[in-house]
Amino acid sequence: MNWYAIAAIYKFEMARTFRTLAQSVASPVLSTILYFVVFGSAIGSRIDDIEGVQYGAFIVPGLIMLTLLTQSVSNASFGIYFPKFIGTIYELLSAPISFIDIVVGFVGAAATKAVMIALIILATSTFFVDLQIAHPVWMFAFLFLTAITFSLFGFIIGIWAKNFEQLQLIPLLVITPLVFLGGSFYSISMLPPAWQTVSLFNPVLYLVSGFRWSFFEVADVSVGISLAMVCVFLALCLTAIWWIFKTGYRIKN
Amino acid sequence: MTAIVSVKNLTKIYEGGFTALNDVSLDIEQGEILALLGPNGAGKTTLISAICGLVSPTSGTITVGGHDIISEFRAARSLIGLVPQEITIEPFETVINTTKLSRGLFGMKRDDAHIEETLRALSLWDKRKSRNVELSGGMKRRVLIAKALSHEPRVLFLDEPTAGVDVELRRDMWNLVRRLRDDGVTIILTTHYIEEAEEIADRVGVINKGEILLVEDKTSLMSKLGKKQLTIDLQQPVEAIPQSLSSYPLTLGPEGKSLIYGYDTSAERTGITKLLNDLAAAGMTMSDMSTSQSSLEDIFVDLVKEDAP
Ligand SMILES: Nc1ncnc2c1ncn2[C@@H]1O[C@H](COP(=O)(O)OP(=O)(O)O)[C@@H](O)[C@H]1O
Ligand SMILES: [Mg+2]
Repeated sequence: MNWYAIAAIYKFEMARTFRTLAQSVASPVLSTILYFVVFGSAIGSRIDDIEGVQYGAFIVPGLIMLTLLTQSVSNASFGIYFPKFIGTIYELLSAPISFIDIVVGFVGAAATKAVMIALIILATSTFFVDLQIAHPVWMFAFLFLTAITFSLFGFIIGIWAKNFEQLQLIPLLVITPLVFLGGSFYSISMLPPAWQTVSLFNPVLYLVSGFRWSFFEVADVSVGISLAMVCVFLALCLTAIWWIFKTGYRIKN
Repeated sequence: MTAIVSVKNLTKIYEGGFTALNDVSLDIEQGEILALLGPNGAGKTTLISAICGLVSPTSGTITVGGHDIISEFRAARSLIGLVPQEITIEPFETVINTTKLSRGLFGMKRDDAHIEETLRALSLWDKRKSRNVELSGGMKRRVLIAKALSHEPRVLFLDEPTAGVDVELRRDMWNLVRRLRDDGVTIILTTHYIEEAEEIADRVGVINKGEILLVEDKTSLMSKLGKKQLTIDLQQPVEAIPQSLSSYPLTLGPEGKSLIYGYDTSAERTGITKLLNDLAAAGMTMSDMSTSQSSLEDIFVDLVKEDAP
C-alpha cells in the first residue's frame, strides 16, 4: 500500500466534495424535507403506525438509505469516470500505486461524502419527527458498510461507463427502483404475499430493514440476515474490482 | 555508461490488430537527453506509454533503473516523470493543489518548499491559486511539467513538449531541461521537428512505423550521415564545367557564377585539395568558398525514404 498516494487521492477528492458541498447537500436535504411534508405530514397523518412506529419516523431510515445509496454510487462513479473522461487518469496509471490504492482513495472519499450527507439528513429529520436510535453502533455499522459497498459498486460503474448517459443509467434504472421497492417507505408485510416473496430478491430490502432495526428494533427480515446480505454484496463488488484489476478492463490499452 | 531505461524486443499490437511497435529495443543512458524523432503515427507515444505503464506491452521487457516495470512497478515508476502529449488537467482545481496531488500520488512526503521551487521555475508561482481552467494553453503545459517535476523524477519523459508552445515557453523549457540534465536527470523527448532534436539532444533515435531505425550520438550521426557541400564562387562566370574537371561530382551554380561540390565527410578523402589544384590548373580563379552541412532533416528524410517499400 502506498499511503501517501491514498491520502493524496482522498484529500483531492474531498476537496472536490467541499468545493461542491452546497449543491451536493442542498438537493438531498430539500427532497428529504419534501418527503416529510408529503409523506410524513400530508399522507402520513392518515397512515396508521407501523408496528408501533409513527409513520413519519418509520420512513426516516428509508430516506437516509435512499440518499446514502444514490450518493455513494454517484460520487464514486463520477469520481473515477471524470479522470477517465478528461484524460487525467494517465497520472493515476503511471504513478507507483496499485489499482487497490486507487480504489481505496476514491471509494474512501465517496463513502465519506455519502455518510456525511446521510448524517445531515438524519439531523434534518429530527426537526420533523421524534427519533430514538436504539442501537447507534449498529446504525453506524450499517451506514458505513452500505456506503463502502455501494461506493465500490459506483466505482465499477465509473470504470465501465463509456459516456455520461451510461453513468446516469444505473442509478436511474436500478438503484432508484430498488430503493423504492425495497421497503423504504413501507413494511413489506403490507404487501400481498406474492410481492413479499419478490421483495426478498431485492438487496436493498435487507439494507433498509437492518438499518431500520437499528433505530426502532422493527425489521422485515432478521438483522443477522440483513448483515449477511450486505457482506455478500460487498464480496461481489470486491470480486468485480479484483477482476478489473487483473484484466485492466477499460482502463488500459 | 549504464542504461537507466532498457527496452528489449518490445512489441505492441493494439486491440484492433494494429502493430504500433515492432520488436523495439532501446537503451537509454543515465543522464543523457535522448530525442525520439519520428513522423506522426511512428509509435513515439506508444513507446513512452509502454515504459510509463499506460499501455500493456504485447511482448518484450522494459526495465527502469534496473526494475522491471511490471513485477517491480512501484520501484520503476517512482523514478519516472511524464509530461503527456495532450494537455490533460483537472479543470476546477488550483494549480498548486494539482501539483501537490502529483507529488502525493508518487508516494512522496509533502514538501512545500520543493513545490514552490518547481512552480517558480516554471513561472507559475503567481498563478498558483488560479484554477487550471482559467489558464492559457501554454500555462497549462507548464502545469503539466510542474506536476511531473513535483515528485523529483530521475527519468523525465516529454512527449512533444513544444507542440503549440510559444517561443518563451520553449526557451524556458530548454533551459529547464538543461538544468535538469546537469542535476543528473535523464530526459527523453519526442518530436517530429528535427531542429528540436538538433538543438537539445545528446543522442537521437529515429523511429518510423513502429521500428527504431537508428540511435546515434547527435554529432556522430550528423557527421556519419551528413553530406557536406562545398560552394566555390568564381571570379569569371563559366558556361559549362570544363572537361578537365568532369571526373568530379560538380554542379554549376546559378548563372555559372559558382561550382557546387558534394562530398561525404565520413569518406577517407574528400578530394577537396585535388579539386582545388585542378581548378587552378584549369585557369579558374575563386573569389570565395563556403561549406554547408546537411541538417538532420536531410538525414531523416533519407532514412525514412530508404525505409519505405
Ligand atoms: N489506443 C489505440 N488503439 C489503436 N491504435 C492506436 C492506439 N493508439 C495509437 N494507435 C496507433 O498506433 C500508431 C502509433 O501511434 P502513436 O504512438 O501515438 O504515434 P506518435 O506518437 O509517434 O505520433 C498510430 O498509427 C496510431 O493510430
Ligand atoms: Mg504522439
